[in-house]
Amino acid sequence: MTLAAPEGNLIELRGVRFRRGNFRVFDGLDMAIPKGKVTAVMGPSGTGKTTLLRLITGQLKPDAGSVRVGEYEVPSLSLSRLYEMRRQMGMLFQNGALLTDFSVFENVAFPLREHTRLPDRLIRHIVLTKLHAVGLRGAAELFPGELSGGMNRRVALARAIVMDPDILIYDEPFVGLDPISMGVIVRLIRRLNDALGLTSVVVSHDVRELELVADHSFLLAEGRVVASGAHRELMDEDSPLVRQFMHGEADGPVAYHFPAKDYGDDLFDRGQGPR
Amino acid sequence: MGLIREIGATLVAFLRALGSMAIFLGRLIIYAPAGLLRFRLVVQQVHNTGSLSLAIIMLSGFFVGLVLGLQGFDLLRRFNSENVLGGAVALGLIKELGPVVTALLFAGRAGTALASEIGLMKATDQLSAMEMMAVDPMKRVVLPRFLGGVIAMPFLVAIFTAIGIFGAWMIGVAWMGVDPGVFWSQMQSLVSMDDVREGIFKSIVFGVAASLVAVYEGYTAWPTAEGVGRATTRTVVITAVSVLILDYMITAALL
Amino acid sequence: MQQTRTVELGTGLFVFLGIAALFFLTTQTTGTGMGRVETYTVTARFDNIGGLTARAPVTMAGVTIGRVEKIALDPERLDAVVTLQIDRQFDQIPEDSEASILTAGLLGGNYIGLGAGGSLDSLRDGDEIYLTQSALVLESLISRFLFSQSEDDDDD
Repeated sequence: MTLAAPEGNLIELRGVRFRRGNFRVFDGLDMAIPKGKVTAVMGPSGTGKTTLLRLITGQLKPDAGSVRVGEYEVPSLSLSRLYEMRRQMGMLFQNGALLTDFSVFENVAFPLREHTRLPDRLIRHIVLTKLHAVGLRGAAELFPGELSGGMNRRVALARAIVMDPDILIYDEPFVGLDPISMGVIVRLIRRLNDALGLTSVVVSHDVRELELVADHSFLLAEGRVVASGAHRELMDEDSPLVRQFMHGEADGPVAYHFPAKDYGDDLFDRGQGPR
Repeated sequence: MGLIREIGATLVAFLRALGSMAIFLGRLIIYAPAGLLRFRLVVQQVHNTGSLSLAIIMLSGFFVGLVLGLQGFDLLRRFNSENVLGGAVALGLIKELGPVVTALLFAGRAGTALASEIGLMKATDQLSAMEMMAVDPMKRVVLPRFLGGVIAMPFLVAIFTAIGIFGAWMIGVAWMGVDPGVFWSQMQSLVSMDDVREGIFKSIVFGVAASLVAVYEGYTAWPTAEGVGRATTRTVVITAVSVLILDYMITAALL
Repeated sequence: MQQTRTVELGTGLFVFLGIAALFFLTTQTTGTGMGRVETYTVTARFDNIGGLTARAPVTMAGVTIGRVEKIALDPERLDAVVTLQIDRQFDQIPEDSEASILTAGLLGGNYIGLGAGGSLDSLRDGDEIYLTQSALVLESLISRFLFSQSEDDDDD
């Protein structure tokens, strides 16, 4: 099986339900991610964006519904099939998740050393090419602890593309970066997607950065997709929830206050009293 | 009623932990042959757990030997039997103190390091990242560390014991004036090959137990700074208790 | 590659020390080191061996020359047959030497001491030592002492 499956939608989720304890994270989620595009998945904190990625990569299984990636039906894959699928995927973790014991070079070389028996010279060639693509060829001998957050993430990006994946997944790639690093990452996402013919999925809540890079966007809230379409269209959407999120308004359908009993009752200890 | 329920819940939690650790060990054993083939990774971990524990093991072994020499000499002199000092110290070290004290020191030095290392890798998503690179962290991270610990432990125990005997020799022969020939010949007549085998057997069992607890606690740690801290504490406590219980069971079974 | 070298050196040192320690424990602390020395076997019968155990030393003039190999009870004569392994280099032990079971210190355990006889013929492999002296058992010693005391009393 491969990911180079039919044209159109490379990743499809149908009627996905997932609960954590008594909390329903997803309740009938439908989503289709088109091939060859940069797709953004947005949503307020705690709406299960990371959970969604874990469902796509098979680190979690849904309680019901289907998750299809290329020709793989993810929830029913055996472990070896799952690993076969993941070899065709790259993922950029929020903090880079570089292996702290290894140098930058060895981090990028890691998937090659684990999965191939390429000679050292070829590995060196590939690794330096990928590091060059993210502009960090000069940092090859440094260790992750010696790099800034943005550089860490770029190394992780080089590592994610070293096996030439078909899908590249970004988990919150803009969090905690200075404006310059942010711009670098935005440009890299776009360039890698177009140059390598990837399908990119970007999970984030940074609306303005996504505007620069996303071809297609989904907005998650309350366990399902509340809006989808070209990013520009979402910005102009009238629905109050979408407006609140896209324009960063403090109050709206997503309440500013965590659910609580009456303020006055609480302050003066009336009603049922403290728990 | 509440108390009974609480005891029941504790018992259930204990059995679950025991079961999950046993399953974990089972997986490690199934993977072990493949893990041994990746020799370099295992050597690296023998180095991490073994060579780095060497200093503390040698120092502790030496002082335990000195103390045994002094106490043993003082006790035996009251029975006019100083000449069995070598045998008494060697038996105690080979059968009991060597394996047990080494395992406890191992838990404190290498076990905590293993647990916090694996726990930190988990907390910083390094294990997830490996899974996403289609590399099984169980095989790539946990297994070599487990095997390294299991291989290192018998060597550490042997070094501890040998240095302990040397410490007792310093007290008995070099300081208190026990005849060196008597010291060694009494030891040789008192210690049998079975005693040495018992010590080696214990060191292997303790090596498996201490390494298993450390990698299990690290791998199942809650992925936060606090969770990693708690995992290292639990590693020391659980290793200490299980080594002492295992020690009693093996001693009773072999007697 | 500096790092690989330290790992190799450290591991090598560790394994070397470990094997040396194991070697020390298996050969120097146990009595099996004698096993490789050429020995010959003689037997001796005792009425009572006291606390003598297998692998106890056999000495002559205080020098260890061998070990007790095994101890058995003769089912007919109801005495103890002790098999001794003696180092081949001590092959000049007179045939009529005496074997006694002695005690080293109060807790020192028993060993066998050989007292030289005067014969010109030496012990050979498979020979038996006929002159033996059993272990001193404290209880019988005390009772004998008390017995002789009372005899002395009678004399008065």
